[in-house]
Amino acid sequence: MSHPAHERLTVDLLRPLEQTSWRFYLLVAFLGSIVAMGLGTWLYQMYMGFGMTGINMPVYWAFYITNFVFWIGISHAGTLISAILRLVNAGWRRPVTRCAEVITAFALMIGAMFPIIHLGRPWLFFWLVPYPNQRLIWPNFRSPLVWDFFAISTYLTGSLLFLFLPMIPDFALIRDRATGFRRRAYGLLSLGWRGTTTQWHRLETAMQIMAIAIIPVAVSVHTIVSFDFSMAPVPMWHSTMFGPYFVAGAIFSGIAGLIIAMASLRKFLHLERYLHPVHFENLGKLLLMMSLLWGYFIFAERLTTWFGNDVGEMNVFYVTQRGSFSPLYWTMVVCNLVIPFTILALRWLRTIAGCVVASFSVCIGMWLERFLIVVPSLSHKYLPYSWGHYRPRPVEIMITVATFAAMTLLYTLFSKFVPIISIWELKAGDHPSSELYPAAMHEHSLGETRA
Amino acid sequence: MSAVYGLYEDGDAAQIAVDALRAGGVYDNEIVVISSEPMEDYEFGAIDHRSRLWYVASAGGVLGCAGAVWLTRFTEIAWPLSTGNMPIVAWWPNLIVVFELTMLGAILSTVAALVVTGGLARRVPPLYDPAISTGKILVGVDSPRDRAAVERAILSAGSPVVVR
Repeated sequence: MSHPAHERLTVDLLRPLEQTSWRFYLLVAFLGSIVAMGLGTWLYQMYMGFGMTGINMPVYWAFYITNFVFWIGISHAGTLISAILRLVNAGWRRPVTRCAEVITAFALMIGAMFPIIHLGRPWLFFWLVPYPNQRLIWPNFRSPLVWDFFAISTYLTGSLLFLFLPMIPDFALIRDRATGFRRRAYGLLSLGWRGTTTQWHRLETAMQIMAIAIIPVAVSVHTIVSFDFSMAPVPMWHSTMFGPYFVAGAIFSGIAGLIIAMASLRKFLHLERYLHPVHFENLGKLLLMMSLLWGYFIFAERLTTWFGNDVGEMNVFYVTQRGSFSPLYWTMVVCNLVIPFTILALRWLRTIAGCVVASFSVCIGMWLERFLIVVPSLSHKYLPYSWGHYRPRPVEIMITVATFAAMTLLYTLFSKFVPIISIWELKAGDHPSSELYPAAMHEHSLGETRA
Repeated sequence: MSAVYGLYEDGDAAQIAVDALRAGGVYDNEIVVISSEPMEDYEFGAIDHRSRLWYVASAGGVLGCAGAVWLTRFTEIAWPLSTGNMPIVAWWPNLIVVFELTMLGAILSTVAALVVTGGLARRVPPLYDPAISTGKILVGVDSPRDRAAVERAILSAGSPVVVR
């Protein structure tokens, strides 16, 4: 409908694409320089060798694998949440889905880089790819690392397409309003979209199918990442609960990442009219639920280990509870349980600012959780003579910092070239003639009355 | 061949135009309705809503599954590696690869079917008007059999006739 509200919506959401302030260039330059430093550090590591890192016998996995698991976890925010909300036809999803799906795409790309960085010789990465070759070497399908390759490739492909398909009508909208090179570029991206009834039906059916397909893939990805650990006979790794524990943790950190991203977009792109406090409140409730679920998992894991009283496992148990890793362990518990529970359980604290504080706390806590899964177990294996220590070196810290900058940079650039909120979906949610709309198809507008 | 169409402000007017076209002897599969948002709450929004996308997705999944079974089994037999006392063709771990490639097959075939059946990525410039992006709804007929009847129907719904 060509009514003023829709025109204003279009103008508001296209403004970041059409106007660029000096702050944008400053931010891109700042983040870009950190990313460049990170790339330089990686090149330095390649040139000097893997000895530049703190990785040593027996701690062969450390910061890089921690980052790998963390970023794959963050990626769960987007596509999984978006797919679930699409399937249940939640009306409040409309301004949220694209913000979330973008996180998945970029977090997966960044996460998938870490096993390659960890290789030391990244140019040999293609040895993992299953194709007939003259080396007569085939990947071993019994290796969890090969499962990772298939799972992450599938999830990344699916997530990129899940992100791209609903962008097509918006690209067509920009194409029609643009001139010159921008018109040609967005024309290519819109794939000749017109908006016929057939195209709308096909797009919505395709999105339904994609949503159904992507949910089990998302769950499988983090389960398979957990298999990297649980398939190994290492103390406190070899556990059947690692799959669901990792999936819950991934969704937990993913929601936190989404809240931070949405709050930043709302503030810097002035999207207050579209990202309402109720969106943060709903996501805050989800975060609270996941915080409690995380607490349940950590309790179950700790109780089972303590009750089993296996010597090897108890060494890891005690080094984290009251040994050298205990400051990190208790910081993790405070960040993942105490702070989010305190803030999000109290309604008057469940504001946008409260949700953002809780989310930052969760991100820190979940990174520590990944670190505490990887390093204490490897440094305290079954035989005490093989125990070791790990201290991160500047190379690892710099690359880690650079990935956070890379995530922010990619997100910033994306929001500069693509409407970060789906314009057509917002318009479609504003049904002008709801009396014509079958009651069975009405959207579930959880909490929207408080917006 | 030319196209005849009108541009309407809202769905109600577009619905009147579609009904007038039908009354003028135009078949549903000849009527083109283009909008900048899905119009599911109007009757004309249901034109051509049946699709075989679900079947295509299922077929893609089956194809991906079959390919994965072949890849894992062929690889393990072609280059037998004894690992952890597992059989050479180890189905438990292979199921992970089979699952992922099944879903990948379903996803890729869905997108391919969308592109093909939705008429995307075509070179021929089709019936379109950039005013659609401003919220107008296009109702028209591409290469009408009875052009006069189509023009009467479009006019009766309150839009000037555009001929391209």
